[in-house]
Amino acid sequence: MLRIALKMLFRDRAKYAMLIGGLTFCSLLMGQQTSVFCGLMMWTTAIVRNIGAQVWVMDAKAEQANEVVALRQIELDRVRSVPGVAWAVPLYVGIEQARLSDGSFQNIQLVGLDTGTFTGRPARMLEGRIEDLRLPNAVLVDQVAVQKFRKKGIALKIGSVFEVNDREARVVGICHASRSFLGQPYIYTTYDRALEYARPQRKMLTFILVEPASGLTPQEVSERISKLPGLRAATLDQLFWETCLWYIKNTGIPISFGTVVILGIIVGIGVSGQTFYLFVHDNLRYLAAFKAMGARMPTLAAMVLLQAFFVGFVGYGLGMGLTAWFGTVVLRAEQPPFYMPWQVPSFVAVVIIFICSFSAAIGLLKIARLEPAVVFR
Amino acid sequence: MKPAIRVENVVKTFGAGEARTFALKGTSLEARFGELLMIIGPSGCGKTTLLSVICGTLNFDSGRIEIFDQDLSKMSTGEITRFRCKNIGFIFQQFNLIPTLTAVENASVPLLLNGHRQRAAEKTAAAVLDQVGIGDKINAYPNQLSGGQQQRVAISRALTHNPRLVICDEPTASLDAASGKKTLELLKARALQPDRCVIIVTHDSRIYHYADRIVEMEDGHVIGIHEDPKNFHHA
Repeated sequence: MLRIALKMLFRDRAKYAMLIGGLTFCSLLMGQQTSVFCGLMMWTTAIVRNIGAQVWVMDAKAEQANEVVALRQIELDRVRSVPGVAWAVPLYVGIEQARLSDGSFQNIQLVGLDTGTFTGRPARMLEGRIEDLRLPNAVLVDQVAVQKFRKKGIALKIGSVFEVNDREARVVGICHASRSFLGQPYIYTTYDRALEYARPQRKMLTFILVEPASGLTPQEVSERISKLPGLRAATLDQLFWETCLWYIKNTGIPISFGTVVILGIIVGIGVSGQTFYLFVHDNLRYLAAFKAMGARMPTLAAMVLLQAFFVGFVGYGLGMGLTAWFGTVVLRAEQPPFYMPWQVPSFVAVVIIFICSFSAAIGLLKIARLEPAVVFR
Repeated sequence: MKPAIRVENVVKTFGAGEARTFALKGTSLEARFGELLMIIGPSGCGKTTLLSVICGTLNFDSGRIEIFDQDLSKMSTGEITRFRCKNIGFIFQQFNLIPTLTAVENASVPLLLNGHRQRAAEKTAAAVLDQVGIGDKINAYPNQLSGGQQQRVAISRALTHNPRLVICDEPTASLDAASGKKTLELLKARALQPDRCVIIVTHDSRIYHYADRIVEMEDGHVIGIHEDPKNFHHA
């Protein structure tokens, strides 16, 4: 009877297409929007992931990674003095202005790495060597800088020169870095040179990066450092989630994405639930005939559940397939942001299962109430 | 000889309180093995209700129904459903063929409900369709068949699992005279066996002479049983 159920479904082409279309659209909407939301959250945490230090020390009032509340240089020594800190290095992060050879400007995210260790260096060099940062006026640019400069007609390559706050910067390497929320390119240099490039201020130290001593977890060391007055430490994971949550709480991003996701669910329930209800309703007379002929409720329930979950499975597959295709296309262009962790397809699957269960339940309720004698009326 | 079906003082009501309506008011009848029994009567006299309680698709309030020595009132709903699945074939007024299934798929449904494998069920159903004269239409959908051909598919569906009782509700109501005649001839030829029984509820006086006996109903009662249908002339 299950094959009969599938044949009844497939051959009612209009409703089958409507059901698949509704669930595909619902899955696509939820999967794509949730992935773009996750991608956006990844952009907001780009600095944390690009640097990748285990423990981050910042001003006690700094709420997230993109909120720069500079520290005094002496804080570095205070942190180094905390038991359990294997080593601690300074990090400069700031938005500066680069002036290109044609006179145009480009905002950049300047990152100053510890001169001795290059802690927080880019994970992947596309061209050049990180060690060349020790050369005079040397900087590394990321792939976003190459793209942005290209749009302005400048082919950025090793040896290219531009200015950062009227000081010469010479490209010695091109690296790959996760794109930042505002889309400014990352320009890496040494900490000391970054302070020269940056506009002078009383406090210039943005973060202190800490490595826990052997045998201690980042969490333990972070808790010890946080006891220092005026300082706060967070592990990489903590800072990642604090940053994500800050954007969720303080911006309209989750509301706009959440609205679309809810719309997707409503469309799914509305279109698919209603179409499936109509499908069952149209077949009610035949299902009553089945009942009269001796079909028991478990058989009819299995038929309806199979129909509901089959369209759910196909719609989910197509929707997530389209989402993945969208992701592949946009990842090549690097925007809009797109990140699909396993939780996204799982979330969409749960919603689709809910929609299918809801649709099937409505149908089953109708069938359960159906008297087989209705076929004689 | 024991009757195939015995209905004794069956009462069936619908609604409650002042709205309570008696559809069957202590109805009694017997159907014999090898017999084509017709139940006739005006609209609303309780024919279809009687048919429904006989085949167990509708519960009755009181009385007793025995089908092939099984007392329906002592059986659970599940047991009645299983009994119906195995022992009863149905022919409905509107055929109730599933429009998205081919003739052979429609005819194989009772076998599938009885746990047969699809391939075997369709093979048997195709043979029955061939016997009723539409072997060349097994892959046609109901909307590609004439009314008479659809009724033949419905007859095949009713017979494919070799039921002992075939229940027909107005089998000729949607057919022209020629198709109606053919349907009855087919039913008599294929459905009627010494160990089987066919019950037809009908309004169609053109087919009365095919019956072995006619039960006449009015207002929830059996008002007459006619042993000689060929000489029966309904008022």
